Amino acid sequence: MKRVVLVDAGGTNIGSVRYALQRLGTDAELTADAARIRSASHVILPGVGAAAPGMRRLRDAGLIDVLRQLSQPVLGVCLGMQLLCDYSDEGDTECLGVIPATVHRFEDRPGLRVPHMGWNHIRRDSAHALTEGLGDDDTAYFVHSYAVPVGAYTLASTEHGGLFSAVIAADNFMGMQFHPERSAGVGARLLRNFLSL
Amino acid sequence: MLSRRIVPCLDVRDGQVVKGVRFRDHVVVGGIVDLALRYRDEGADELVFYGITASPEGRRVDRDWVERVARQIDIPFCVAGGIRSVDDAREVLHAGADKVSINSPALERPALIGEIADAFGVQCVVVGVDSLRDEDGQWRVRQYTGDPSKTRALRKRTLDWLVEAQSLGAGEIVLNCMGTDGVRRGYDIEQLRAARALCRVPLVASGGAGTAAHFTEVFEQADVDAALAASVFHSGEIAIPALKRELRAQGIEVRV
Repeated sequence: MKRVVLVDAGGTNIGSVRYALQRLGTDAELTADAARIRSASHVILPGVGAAAPGMRRLRDAGLIDVLRQLSQPVLGVCLGMQLLCDYSDEGDTECLGVIPATVHRFEDRPGLRVPHMGWNHIRRDSAHALTEGLGDDDTAYFVHSYAVPVGAYTLASTEHGGLFSAVIAADNFMGMQFHPERSAGVGARLLRNFLSL
Repeated sequence: MLSRRIVPCLDVRDGQVVKGVRFRDHVVVGGIVDLALRYRDEGADELVFYGITASPEGRRVDRDWVERVARQIDIPFCVAGGIRSVDDAREVLHAGADKVSINSPALERPALIGEIADAFGVQCVVVGVDSLRDEDGQWRVRQYTGDPSKTRALRKRTLDWLVEAQSLGAGEIVLNCMGTDGVRRGYDIEQLRAARALCRVPLVASGGAGTAAHFTEVFEQADVDAALAASVFHSGEIAIPALKRELRAQGIEVRV
């Protein structure tokens, strides 16, 4: 039986992610309870805002080790994805460390607009069930100032003053830098892929 | 490559979408959620809901319709009008809005920009600027434009305010050029170019769209990230799918 939980650590996009799942026919439970999270079939870590307060909220909720030890599919969205990495430049923050990646600010240079905000192409770099069906012309909605470079963990990448990771994964931990809940049909498809893992 | 965004703006008053010419004489266009869904289906990249009476009367945005929109649509949306504090912003963001846009309250108290940015990140703080050229040739900011009887002309120069707003934490700027707004003769390219030169964050053009060519013009000549319009979309004069085909044919990157 599928039981999806949204980790409630105070991010403002929790409602939107929950509604997106409802549109797909899945009622996700919003919880910060360790036992409820451990027993879920799928765990989603949403998040908007800055890395340091994001990690602080997880720590205050006693969820750091709970999340690190999960073995079911876990999806981090936007800041949630960045929190799955080792470290973020933003506020010099040590993150959960379940995906071997680091998060850096977009370069400060003329003509490069930061935040990276809007619809951008996501290019599939390696085959994975999470990105199944992603087409060459597909775009997703991004809004962020920090990004994960391309690496072995990259499933899909996007161009903004250079390539960065749009979708990443390491074992059961996955992340999307864009907002699938705000990425129309493409986002719905990727969320559905996640729920079928 | 990042697409240029087409953003319909829905002015909300008493639970309905209304339109007006030069911010006056509002008429009802339709229901909030119905129109949001229509624009979403037509390929709008983002929506802005503007509670036009919220700011002058000190009223807050009604959380209820924000949540109804958030449940139904799967593209980003921004709520403007009536956000005067971090608590107001939290309420709207928690109801499901992706961004809040602040205008007159940011002019009353510029620190509000930084407070919201610190609480929720710069990416959800949009600063809306209503601007008009004065007789001395300078563009200056207008406040409380939602109600013509309360509108105030400030001494603050528009371009100075854009720089200040960014340094305080604005993640996006919507520049509404009041001189061209509502008359459909094209965006104020000169002013938007001047703003672009000073904007490191995304810049949204507002005021003056009348034809598809005006959108091409503003993207090509003012290099804005997004173009906002209301009446030409509400009336059906410009259909978003045809507009996007036209932009793409002109070599402008848009989401189709």
